[in-house]
Amino acid sequence: MKTMKKAFMSALAIMMAASLAACGDSSSDTPSGSDNSGSNTVKIGLHFELTGEVADYGNAELKGAKLAIKQANEAGGNYEEVIYDNKSDTTEAVTLAAQLANDGVAGVVGPATSGSSAATYQIKNDAKVTVISPSATQIGVTLDPSGNVYNYVFRICFEDSYQGAAMAQYAVDTLAKGKVIIYADNSSDYAKGLTEAFTEQFKKLGGTIVATDYYSKGDTDFNSVLTKFKDMDYDVLYIPGYYNEAGLIIKQAREMGIDCEIIGSDGFDSESLIDLAGASNLNKVYYTTAYTTVGASDALQAFIDAYKAEYNEEPSMFSALAYDSTNLLIQAIEKAGSTDSDAVRSAVENIEFDGVTGSFSFDETHTPIKSVLVVTLVDGVQGDAVAVSPDVD
Amino acid sequence: MTQFLQQMINGLSLGSIYALVALGYTMVYGIIKLINFAHGDIYMLGAYIGFIVTTKLGLGFFPALVISMAGCALIGVTIERIAYKPLRNATRITALITAIGVSYFLEAGTQRVMGAGVQTFPNVLANETIMFGDVRISTQQIVIFSVTIVLMVALTFLVNKTKVGRAMRAVSVDPDAARLMGVNVDATISFTFAIGSALAGAAGVLVGLYYNSINPLMGMLPGIKAFIAAVFGGIGIIPGAMLGGFFIGVVETLVAGYWSSLWKDAVVYLILIVILIVKPAGLLGKNVKEKV
Repeated sequence: MKTMKKAFMSALAIMMAASLAACGDSSSDTPSGSDNSGSNTVKIGLHFELTGEVADYGNAELKGAKLAIKQANEAGGNYEEVIYDNKSDTTEAVTLAAQLANDGVAGVVGPATSGSSAATYQIKNDAKVTVISPSATQIGVTLDPSGNVYNYVFRICFEDSYQGAAMAQYAVDTLAKGKVIIYADNSSDYAKGLTEAFTEQFKKLGGTIVATDYYSKGDTDFNSVLTKFKDMDYDVLYIPGYYNEAGLIIKQAREMGIDCEIIGSDGFDSESLIDLAGASNLNKVYYTTAYTTVGASDALQAFIDAYKAEYNEEPSMFSALAYDSTNLLIQAIEKAGSTDSDAVRSAVENIEFDGVTGSFSFDETHTPIKSVLVVTLVDGVQGDAVAVSPDVD
Repeated sequence: MTQFLQQMINGLSLGSIYALVALGYTMVYGIIKLINFAHGDIYMLGAYIGFIVTTKLGLGFFPALVISMAGCALIGVTIERIAYKPLRNATRITALITAIGVSYFLEAGTQRVMGAGVQTFPNVLANETIMFGDVRISTQQIVIFSVTIVLMVALTFLVNKTKVGRAMRAVSVDPDAARLMGVNVDATISFTFAIGSALAGAAGVLVGLYYNSINPLMGMLPGIKAFIAAVFGGIGIIPGAMLGGFFIGVVETLVAGYWSSLWKDAVVYLILIVILIVKPAGLLGKNVKEKV
């Protein structure tokens, strides 16, 4: 392995020297030889939701991934991004998966959401394209229908079940709540998984589910359901879903005088949540996440600074996860010393990765082992973060 | 009881929006027998015009409402002139398909220009809550309801008491006879589109204000609901659209409030099916034989 890596690095060095020589005196502009994008350039597919319903996640991840590639190129690598936009649409994602398998990419980062991811894994796996999913949290998404793990599919986020169970644990242990109303998105597998896991763990810890109701993606009017909830006897509201609707639910609930704790999942993690709900309504709001800037490590701080310098905005969890995913893929390609799909795959499988969202290795389902963070919002700003590890079997 | 009253208030606020959009459907259908499927997107454009005017120019709610209505009227007339007028003597299905095409054009165009994501409508009208016993009404709900009522009264006056309103009614009964009587049919049709689109524009701004979230596809579902409202009341009949809009809004709210929100759309469509079977001309519609 080591000799292979050496051979690869020296080949890379020779190639770069050649390209420098070829460029002549204009070489200072393009040290990595972008005009020499021949067969030695390693293509990395970035497959995200860049437009449509969950474009916020896709674009945040694209920025994180591009930053990782840019830094790798500055450090002497020769990587080229190939960008795919699935328009937040599962059908489109499937079409792109087939296309990208033909484009000769060494590996793919994305998509951001579980639904689109699950739809594309079989195709990518059959085509032997290594996939690193930054945020496909759905339960069992890395397993094929018969329950075997997809050989070429990995994710660097924890499962929904883990996140839902962690929130139940936090609600009971830390917030001391026992009666919950669940208001869930019925149109995503993500929210369904969270609802199931939360319900199970909350009951196990002795809590009562007072009511469960659902909304659909794109709904804007939640007044009728919230009015119904208002007269019920409960002490906490759980909203597993994405920021678009969650932001409006929080706003309408608070305006209606529902002032209990509102808890949610990493779907809340977007700047848009503050715009939609209004900062003053975002108090006593808690959500689970894999990432927070509260108490950042040195590596994370360096990433945040680089991200701000590049894009002039704060990175979100999604940018950080995509940054880690892309770096993980690049590390694996370098370790493998080639872009051969099996070499890359086994390098990923055995990696001990140290990233900005934590250090981890993969378990047998290609899911990392890390703890969940629960973030508290104070006037829309992250005030505090606690690590929670639920007791699940 | 408190909860029922509260739900009625929620339902009437939602119904106001449907009613305003339904009026445009019904007026256009009444005059040229076209189901203008792009109408829901005019409502979306109204919300975006309001968004641009309030965020970029810093105007308040009422100027934004007026500008948005004017802008939508202009867009409505332009669409009619470019897309529908050349097809006036074509088969109805041709015009219908064109309307669907216009709808996609507006949605995709807005996504291209304004971005596909959700935009946050600024809070241009202070939202306070007024309590009547245990029932709470927000000032925004009062504004939505009153703007809707004022516009409906103005529309009723316009159609029934003015010269141009008489021309509209004449064209809707028989365009050829109206032309023989000296009515400018083209101008009357354009005027109808202008009024219908302005009402949709107003609905767009009201929705932006009420839910503070707008996106390029926001017109699809309310567009269909408003169409159902128009059919429910009897398509082509103005009071029918008002009645239908409020009815659909209230039904949707009550189903979500007392049963499950998963059923609300299903119940609305079920009502449509029942109406079409039992009384195809709509609640206020008269069964007239169509002249061929």
